[in-house]
Amino acid sequence: MTLDARIPSGPIEEAWAKACFDMKLVNPANKRKHSLIVVGSGLAGGSAAASLGELGYNVKCFCFQDSPRRAHSIAAQGGINAAKNYPNDGESVFRLFYDTVKGGDFRAREANVYRLAQISGKIIDQCVAQGVPFAREYGGSLSNRSFGGAQVSRTFYARGQTGQQLLLGAYQALERQVHAGTVTMIPRTEMLDLIVVDGKARGIVARNLITGEFSVHIADAVILATGGYGNVYYLSTNAKGSNATAIWRAYKRGALFANPCFTQIHPTCIPVSGDYQSKLTLMSESLRNDGRIWVPKKKGDPRPPNEIPEEERDYYLERRYPSFGNLVPRDVASRNAKAMCDEGFGVGKSGLGVYLDFSEAIGRLGEKTVRERYGNLFDMYQRITDEDPYKVPMRIYPAIHYTMGGLWVDYQLQSTIPGLFVLGEANFSDHGANRLGASALMQGLCDGYFVIPYTVGDYLATNKFAKVDESQPEVKEAVASVQQKIDKLLSIKGHRTVDSFHRELGKILWDYCGMARTAQGLETAIGKIRALREEYWRNVTVPGSGDDLNESLEKAGRVADHLELAELLCIDARERNESCGGHFREEYQTPEGEAQRDDEHYSYVAAWGYRGDGAPPELIKEPLEFHYVHPSQRSYK
Amino acid sequence: MKLTLKIWRQKNPNEKGAFVRYNVDDVDPEMSMLECLDVLNESLILLGEIPVAFEHDCREGICGSCGFMINGIAHGPERATTVCQLTMRHFKDGDELTLEPWRAKAFPIVKDLVVNRRAFDHIIEAGGYVSVSTGQAPDGNDILVGKETADESMDAAACIGCGACVAACPNASAALFTGAKITHLGTLPQGEPEKERRALAMVAQMNAEAFGNCTNIGECTAACPKEIPLEVIANMNRNYVCASFNRRDDLPAPVTPVAPMGSRA
Repeated sequence: MTLDARIPSGPIEEAWAKACFDMKLVNPANKRKHSLIVVGSGLAGGSAAASLGELGYNVKCFCFQDSPRRAHSIAAQGGINAAKNYPNDGESVFRLFYDTVKGGDFRAREANVYRLAQISGKIIDQCVAQGVPFAREYGGSLSNRSFGGAQVSRTFYARGQTGQQLLLGAYQALERQVHAGTVTMIPRTEMLDLIVVDGKARGIVARNLITGEFSVHIADAVILATGGYGNVYYLSTNAKGSNATAIWRAYKRGALFANPCFTQIHPTCIPVSGDYQSKLTLMSESLRNDGRIWVPKKKGDPRPPNEIPEEERDYYLERRYPSFGNLVPRDVASRNAKAMCDEGFGVGKSGLGVYLDFSEAIGRLGEKTVRERYGNLFDMYQRITDEDPYKVPMRIYPAIHYTMGGLWVDYQLQSTIPGLFVLGEANFSDHGANRLGASALMQGLCDGYFVIPYTVGDYLATNKFAKVDESQPEVKEAVASVQQKIDKLLSIKGHRTVDSFHRELGKILWDYCGMARTAQGLETAIGKIRALREEYWRNVTVPGSGDDLNESLEKAGRVADHLELAELLCIDARERNESCGGHFREEYQTPEGEAQRDDEHYSYVAAWGYRGDGAPPELIKEPLEFHYVHPSQRSYK
Repeated sequence: MKLTLKIWRQKNPNEKGAFVRYNVDDVDPEMSMLECLDVLNESLILLGEIPVAFEHDCREGICGSCGFMINGIAHGPERATTVCQLTMRHFKDGDELTLEPWRAKAFPIVKDLVVNRRAFDHIIEAGGYVSVSTGQAPDGNDILVGKETADESMDAAACIGCGACVAACPNASAALFTGAKITHLGTLPQGEPEKERRALAMVAQMNAEAFGNCTNIGECTAACPKEIPLEVIANMNRNYVCASFNRRDDLPAPVTPVAPMGSRA
């Protein structure tokens, strides 16, 4: 099988306009005859469902939460990038494109990233028009701030709640279409399988989480916008409900899974406080603008931070990276924090933490200025830890935050199953091996508002759709397999809870496939994951029944999928014998300990195909070509 | 530390519920309230019992999924804090905490501490948006918005839709929630053209659901984890009165209210 990314020929600047013109259109009167399924209601799914509804398609949108407004896009703090150049500081479409390709360590597809940069400005316009209360200057114009990995101020924001405000904008647009009758919203319902008929995606099997009832939904195309798979690590900054089931089911039905090992670890999260810990809370990257990161020079120093004199502190980022200091990119900051803790210099009860100290900034700027800049973050930190960061340094530690990998899609955002489109974090397309801050919101809305309305139309206009009904064998088989899995989970009645397995899986991945990976460690991890999966299907206990609200059962299905996905993640990490972005293989580093890419052998997208349970997955490569940005070695010394 | 949790258990909307006492012996002061329930649930599962159902997702205080009454206070004793960020250090060894779901006719109980808040979506659906379709927008800086205006709008837009305002209100009114959206959008120039229609439609829908009336008690704003100011209700009333005077004929028909008690949807 060879992969055709369907990238338009000709100059990259004209690619999207050319693609749009070449796409076939659906007559306005015919649009309502086409049914579409959107799974997920976050920035990508919510905006897609709303825009497709506006065009007149007959849309069903699903989410597992009680309301589409709860999708985890809501938790994004910092902002959204756009090439507006309002600050007159040298920003351009090409610069945003360049920074994103470089930030992704040259493992993203140029044409997709260029389109993202081109569309970015329209996203801001759309959100403003919807009533998103972006931060403003006194004169009334939109405010911008700077963010990691860029030397221009291109980030738009709404206090520390940008994700919330953008999501509410998409949610309101979605509810407007619900009111208009074009979109049917189906909450508290989880997609459990994809229905593929004659090689095309034609529907989903879903389960009502309140009644346990299965339902079959048939459509002309299926759009997945179900987010990333960071929760495979158990502890992450993802919401508790975030899961990989939809994309994993699609993978097992024939969609390729690209670059699963590209995971992002965010350096500034509140450290784990105990075994009961259920998730990790992010502290915005912006704190590194004024905070200084350090550990005591003496291992296991028991003194409180304020009693450790200046000369006994190791400001290790400033020492190792004098020109970038505390502002090195996320992957570098995370790896260094882990290294210090592994060597025994970590702080806090668990020894897994480093200090982020604002005393110098407070001395220089005054407490008032620091409060204006970071007040809401300091409050959140104090609420959780009961420590006052104005008086004692914060303790931070890295945590899994985002997954760049996802289902493989072509330029039209279509997976390898015709009629199955994948948007937002659920696809792999735009961030390569490392995502820059404030780019996830941009991608989700770009895909949902401005790409899918065009590309799905082309698919509908160029294909014929035979009638599918529930008696067809493909549909019956999908429903039966879902039922069988649920019955099996309920019948095992073993001795361990779902969470205990999930925690153990997360620990394996974090230890062997987290911030630093080795071929040998990954081999070990694969063995441990297989053993854990085997035990899971023998020894898990799921209380209750399948016919009412049963969160343990929901989690059991998701963890079963995580146990499979985790293995693919490790296989991909083992096969990629280079370091790039968030994927750091200890065998491949420069003499200074930085990530060493191997462009000659690994400048490709690794797309994996399912070949049956127990069979090794098939690796299909999409070579990456760089015509506009020349790959170079990143250095922050 | 050791705590006693007295929790409302109710199998489904049709069966009667009752309080059940549980002892949790290994509560760490650093835990969140939800992590304390996680620990209880893990032990219940291993005992072969049904764990306590409660709603949660982001656990960062922003998605609005979580929420229940702790000793009669929505989201518990800490100001501006949802139960997912409420740490157990605010309680002391030997305390007994009573946990019960939001009590409101418009929020029928689904199971244990979980309620159905679809009525909130219906209120937004009735008019809580700006009617602008994708692609119609002018440049973001074409319409200037003063900083104070943007800030006032943002203060109201911070609502997370958790329902604490309704649960805290003796009348179970949704005025703070509805007023917050009317204020968020109506304050901005982008939302101004539809201001009157929006107020009429959203208030009509709020009344059609089983919410009570606002009598200006202010419990809602005190319980609100995002500290939405009471002024949004005054603003809603002002908008509504003006609109009903100007455009009586436009009063829209509400969409079907949330399913009553006993429904499984």
